[in-house]
Amino acid sequence: MTLSEIRDLLECKVLSGEDDLSIDVQQVVASDAMSEILAFAMSKELMITGLTNILSIRTADIAGVAAVLYCRGKSPEKKVIEFARSKGIPMLVTKMGMFEICGLLYSRGLKGVS
Amino acid sequence: MAEELLRERFEIQGRNFDKAGEVSGEIKVILRDLGLDAGCIRRLVIVSYEGEMNLVMYADRGALTLILTDEDVGLEIVDEGPGIPDIDLALQEGYSTASDEMRELGFGFGMGLPNMRKNSDEFRIESEVGRGTSVFAKVRLNRHD
Repeated sequence: MTLSEIRDLLECKVLSGEDDLSIDVQQVVASDAMSEILAFAMSKELMITGLTNILSIRTADIAGVAAVLYCRGKSPEKKVIEFARSKGIPMLVTKMGMFEICGLLYSRGLKGVS
Repeated sequence: MAEELLRERFEIQGRNFDKAGEVSGEIKVILRDLGLDAGCIRRLVIVSYEGEMNLVMYADRGALTLILTDEDVGLEIVDEGPGIPDIDLALQEGYSTASDEMRELGFGFGMGLPNMRKNSDEFRIESEVGRGTSVFAKVRLNRHD
């Protein structure tokens, strides 16, 4: 599923990586605990989290995920968005909660990585 | 005897959460520029990042040294901090002494040290309560994920 399809499905706002929405993701890693992301991400997943501080993007960079999706309408601070842009990490935000997001993506064939 | 190709030391300030993780991000760039295997870089930077976060969360100060040889990439993470009273317990997944503040930052769920061990080919912790903790980790260059 491409990031642009995910954007449309979840009614996301794109905060960074507007030119990278053709990236295709097959797997998802979802958690507010960054060590859990690091433990399970194998690289190139969609990372879903409610944590919007700069460590969310540092973790995304270290774990090598394809993109970050923030849930519950939580938008990160400007410096976090700028950091994501500098690392080339696409960043989306939706008003939906984690459960709803995961349910919708699962029903479209995306899988977890645990 | 492995030949040392690169050694770089990074000072890390404890409890500075704004800068936490910066050193590991820098190490990722250094190793990528050197053309190392992506799987090897990934494992090493996870060890580095979790170690750096532990240092920032618990210690007053410390340093992380990156050592590249023709056989492996090594990390020495040495801190001046509270130390670990029971290392075996600290290595158990889920065991944590983190504060609420650390958890709000997305860390301290009892997975840091297990993640570090899992991603290392060699892993050793030495600690003295009241003095500090040293972690020695190595990722072999010839291993492909």
